[in-house]
Amino acid sequence: MKKYTDTGKKDTRSGFGAGMTVLGRTNPNVVALCADLIGSLKIQEFIDENPERFFQVGIAEANMMGMAAGLTIGGKIPFTGTFANFSTGRVYDQIRQSIAYSGKNVKICASHAGLTLGEDGATHQILEDIGLMKMLPGMTVINPCDYNQTKAATIAIAEYEGPVYLRFGRPTVANFTPEDQKFEIGKALLLNEGTDVTIIATGHLVWEALIAAEALEAKGISAEVINIHTIKPLDEEAILKSVAKTGCVVTAEEHNYYGGLGESVARVLVKNQPAPQEFVATNDTFGESGTPAQLMEKYGLNNKAIEKAVEKVLKRK
Amino acid sequence: MSNIQQLNDLATQVRRDILRMVHKVNSGHPGGSLGCTEFFVALYNEIMELKDEFDMDGIGEDLFFLSNGHISPVFYSVLARRGYFPVKELDTFRMIDSRLQGHPTTHEGLPGIRVASGSLGQGMSVAIGAALAKKLNKDNHVIYSLHGDGELQEGQNWEAIMYAAAYKVDNYIATVDYNGQQIDGATDDVLPMGDLRVKFEAFGWDVMEIEEGNNIEAVIAGMKEARTRTGKGKPVCVLLHTVMGNGVDFMMYTHAWHGKAPNDEQLEKALAQNPETLGDY
Repeated sequence: MKKYTDTGKKDTRSGFGAGMTVLGRTNPNVVALCADLIGSLKIQEFIDENPERFFQVGIAEANMMGMAAGLTIGGKIPFTGTFANFSTGRVYDQIRQSIAYSGKNVKICASHAGLTLGEDGATHQILEDIGLMKMLPGMTVINPCDYNQTKAATIAIAEYEGPVYLRFGRPTVANFTPEDQKFEIGKALLLNEGTDVTIIATGHLVWEALIAAEALEAKGISAEVINIHTIKPLDEEAILKSVAKTGCVVTAEEHNYYGGLGESVARVLVKNQPAPQEFVATNDTFGESGTPAQLMEKYGLNNKAIEKAVEKVLKRK
Repeated sequence: MSNIQQLNDLATQVRRDILRMVHKVNSGHPGGSLGCTEFFVALYNEIMELKDEFDMDGIGEDLFFLSNGHISPVFYSVLARRGYFPVKELDTFRMIDSRLQGHPTTHEGLPGIRVASGSLGQGMSVAIGAALAKKLNKDNHVIYSLHGDGELQEGQNWEAIMYAAAYKVDNYIATVDYNGQQIDGATDDVLPMGDLRVKFEAFGWDVMEIEEGNNIEAVIAGMKEARTRTGKGKPVCVLLHTVMGNGVDFMMYTHAWHGKAPNDEQLEKALAQNPETLGDY
């Protein structure tokens, strides 16, 4: 199987911050808004270099979303920054009416997604955000897998006209994709070719999927691994092509299985070529306090959970 | 424009448009629309600096945002009669395949609309964003917005009010349609909001009042004064005292016509009080 090397664990939010720094230097229309979480979103460098293009809105996310919509009128490209919970559920109607329905070119950038923000616990651990955002007509939903990809995605969405939800996280995770990759919205990445099962993963579970694939290979199981960084629009062609070959699927994401990537994949399969599928996702539950590793273990989101799901789905072929 | 007689004639015609639009589809919001007719006529014909052609970015002109989107009939009529789209299109209000949705939206590409509104309390934030974009673009024009008084019960407004004062968004004039009514009754009965003037001032706004919000000369004078107050470090709030349902005697001084259309007989009576001036659509 193809080898991927972790060049050193990094947090994806820092990838976002690095992307913002690049945008600050290259695109004069990019502006940033933040709801009292500059440090958490890692955008201090953007602010230092472009103070006139940064808006500190305070703990007032609804106002932030509306202001972002207004800033597009006049040609600005606003990037909003707060935790995923406060970027989606708290401001759903503001996003729905002032941004999505109004077709505004706002980039909603959400850190601390999922369980792995850790010790803060369930009030902050949103596991429903992908579902909320993908249901909005016209919304693009992106969940990159590591630091380098988050940086590349941040830069890429500035070039794209339309509302985008960009999801990333707090913990340090393996950084294994190329440093200066070109990020194509909506284009799945085939990381490993295989013949027995397709593992479709998003976010930092892509790395877990690669570890699982290696372990499976040792057991004589050939796993194809696809990195779906864009959940909407979904690269249906890549999914169908792979499943036509392998005949079964495991999806993996740090999200409730209701409304997540898994359901999007299932819809594509059911409509085109039904195949057995297992879901690595949280099981309709809230999270709790703990370390990221403990939470991924307890809620079945790590490479071992993926391995188990593969063994299960193979029996259903 | 224009002399006062011409503006009053336009206001009368706009009231006819509002009544006929909501009557035809037996739905819509005539009360607040009628109450704000003079404000819209004045704003779009005497106050705002506008380009001839509509474009979304609106660089080099004043912009207006309607936050209480349910009073779309008055907005549509005034936009159409200002030349943004054919007046005849008013006949499609709230009908299938129309650009004139129940609440205003950019979704169908209607010229003159820059954001969707209807779910209340969002317009001020959008207006502030647009005002900040003007500053970044060094575009020396003004942002206007209109809000229902009842709409100020939505918390997002107070986030926006706090922001605009704190960050000196002084190229912005927010007007409150101060008619004291909302769907379930008088605002003082539903959720009393206390002294709005004092509240805005406490947040750091420059507040002025237009006592006769249904007198076009008073509205013009007041909004001109509001404009002179821009650029001085504070956002400007205009409390516009209006009568909901103004211009139709049986619709005035009540919340009953907030979201109710007149029947045939009521329409006839209402139109008789507002004789045709510029020609019906």
